[in-house]
Amino acid sequence: MLKTFPTGGVHPPENKLTAGCKIEILPPPKSVVIPVSQHLGAPAVPVVNKGDKVLAGQLIAKAAGFISANIHSSVSGKVLKIDSHTDTSGYKQTAIFIDVEGDEWVPEIVNGSDPVKEIKLSPEEIVQKCLDSGIVGLGGATFPTHVKLKVPAGKKCDLLIINGVECEPFLTSDHRLMLEKGEEIITGTRIIMKALGVEKAVIGVENNKQDAISLLERLAGKNGDISVQALKVKYPQGGEKQLIKAVTGREVPSGKLPLDVGVIVQNAGTAYAVYEAVQKNKPLVERVVTVTGKTLSRPGNYLVRIGTPVSALIEAAGGLPDNAVKIISGGPMMGKAIGNTQVPVVKGMSGLVVFSGGETERKQYGPCIRCSKCISVCPMGLEPYLLMALSQKVLYEKAGENRITDCIECGSCSFICPAYRPLLDYIRLGKSAVVKMKREKSMK
Amino acid sequence: MGHTVLLTVISLGSVGLVAALILYFISQKFKVYEDPRIDQIQEALPGANCGGCGFTGCRNFAEALVKADTLDGLNCPVGGASLMTDVAKILGKEAVAADPLVAVVRCQGSYEHRPRTSVYDGVKECSAAHYLYGGETDCHYGCLGYGDCVRACNFDAMYMDEKTGLPVIIDEKCVACGACVRACPRDIIELRKKAKKDRKIFVSCVNCDKGGPARKACRVACIACNKCYNVCEFDAITIKDNLAYIDSFKCTFCRKCVVECPTNAIIETNFPPRKVKAETVEEEKKE
Repeated sequence: MLKTFPTGGVHPPENKLTAGCKIEILPPPKSVVIPVSQHLGAPAVPVVNKGDKVLAGQLIAKAAGFISANIHSSVSGKVLKIDSHTDTSGYKQTAIFIDVEGDEWVPEIVNGSDPVKEIKLSPEEIVQKCLDSGIVGLGGATFPTHVKLKVPAGKKCDLLIINGVECEPFLTSDHRLMLEKGEEIITGTRIIMKALGVEKAVIGVENNKQDAISLLERLAGKNGDISVQALKVKYPQGGEKQLIKAVTGREVPSGKLPLDVGVIVQNAGTAYAVYEAVQKNKPLVERVVTVTGKTLSRPGNYLVRIGTPVSALIEAAGGLPDNAVKIISGGPMMGKAIGNTQVPVVKGMSGLVVFSGGETERKQYGPCIRCSKCISVCPMGLEPYLLMALSQKVLYEKAGENRITDCIECGSCSFICPAYRPLLDYIRLGKSAVVKMKREKSMK
Repeated sequence: MGHTVLLTVISLGSVGLVAALILYFISQKFKVYEDPRIDQIQEALPGANCGGCGFTGCRNFAEALVKADTLDGLNCPVGGASLMTDVAKILGKEAVAADPLVAVVRCQGSYEHRPRTSVYDGVKECSAAHYLYGGETDCHYGCLGYGDCVRACNFDAMYMDEKTGLPVIIDEKCVACGACVRACPRDIIELRKKAKKDRKIFVSCVNCDKGGPARKACRVACIACNKCYNVCEFDAITIKDNLAYIDSFKCTFCRKCVVECPTNAIIETNFPPRKVKAETVEEEKKE
């Protein structure tokens, strides 16, 4: 029986153009720009100076605090400067510029592709390894993984869910990774299970990836510790809370974490990164990025070094079409348009979607016609029309009472609205204001 | 018939009397004394409820005035000094003169000066755009141009200039209530000391980038070259985060910094044409 989450959800056109494209390895560019803040939490502190020689995989910025992540050089070469650079947000932030010379790796890193199944490290060592290797959640939120692997005292975790849903239209990076690195993802899952001390793991995959489901089922073997759960195709099934509900039927209460219902969710890409870190000593310096769009001549999935400019990826995919109007970092539902093509690839960038004229323009919005479609599609059971109105009128306190902070910003409401109202734009604004307000209150 | 009428009048009358007595005693018991001066002051205040004084409305401000020991720091920017003298008379306290202020927009990033590098098609509100991304230009500090400040203004003292895409403040109408300052997500608008004849000299830029990128993003950006700082004889200019700032309380309007500024980021308004400067230039040429 196919499972899915019960509340809300939409069915945007899938457009998985690159599902059949093998992962291509993109050679290192001439120079990279590596931002020191590619994760949720405090920005890392640079530990290299201008003029230093660095090797690929070498630590160049150290985590500042518990919720932070190490940053490693993705190439070998010379540190050109440490300066500010525009990132995907369109704002400037500190980044380390490196001129590439050759491709020398730190000697401890094993760069072969033969899978190592035996897990030698203890749970503590695994967590330490994830911290050292700068592993963050690769589903998009980029939450530092070592924090998630440490179950705080008094809490119990009995199930690990590996998120292989990839419900965003267009994106196929996780899908390809599961097909091509299935063995590694299964081992990565076992590593995370060992770190958490759980007996059971479920890999959740949507039903439109039949090949990945059957492959992972075969690779997981008959131990019974890892099972694969096929899920009905519905957006936003990849949302943490939605996936937990779909797989286990447990509901994470408002304002609580998955751990409160005994579950930890990790992305399939993260499982692979954990495998690489633990078994191969390889820090998170490269990731698979789907470069896609209906007008691109060679869309595909590319294994690319962190810090490579987006322009290099688009070049590899056949160059920017003349009528291109928008490049989105991430998927079309939750992703963010980028302002220029010099922004670097970061840990959280799962895809680049190029839209050409006519595919993307926003229509003039009309008044709310009270059809309540936004309410019926909201996977969190919120009332988007109300939250938008409250945000517009700067009634943030009331928006907070109506659980605006529960919004996962999936965009289903804006997608479904027949009056094209910019629901999520305002909800996001209100949410940020409410979060800020709450933080100020707690500071007092 | 007469009997029924009489009975009705008596019974209703006694019910009314009892109720009146109860109400009288309750009102005496729970009487809240309110200073009559609060009402007096509230009447004197403009009643705009703009929040410029820092209180939520004129009534709140009136209460604060009555409670306060001195009037220091309490000022209604709309009414100005004359109103505060009246208020001081009502309260029998001494009026503390506050400098009148005026709002200025510290950005000259017009379409002409600041090339657009991307197009924003989200909600046309500065707060939303600011939260989402750096803006349509490469300057991530300057005006977004969607008019949150104009919408916030209660006194019709602002409008958007369609040619430049920047807000303009009408000095005569501005009461320095600060609504626009609070509305601007980028802290571009500042309240500065109002000078004679509405003369103004200020650094019309908030870009904290280094000189190179700042200038590349906008032709009239402050590049923190320190020239104004060096020429200022009154310690009015400070340089912080790659940005010069002129203290409006220390500035003497000597206008030396305006001439020095290589990017025209410092602007002067409402001054007579510079005769002196033309002469000195000629003299220099002769020499």
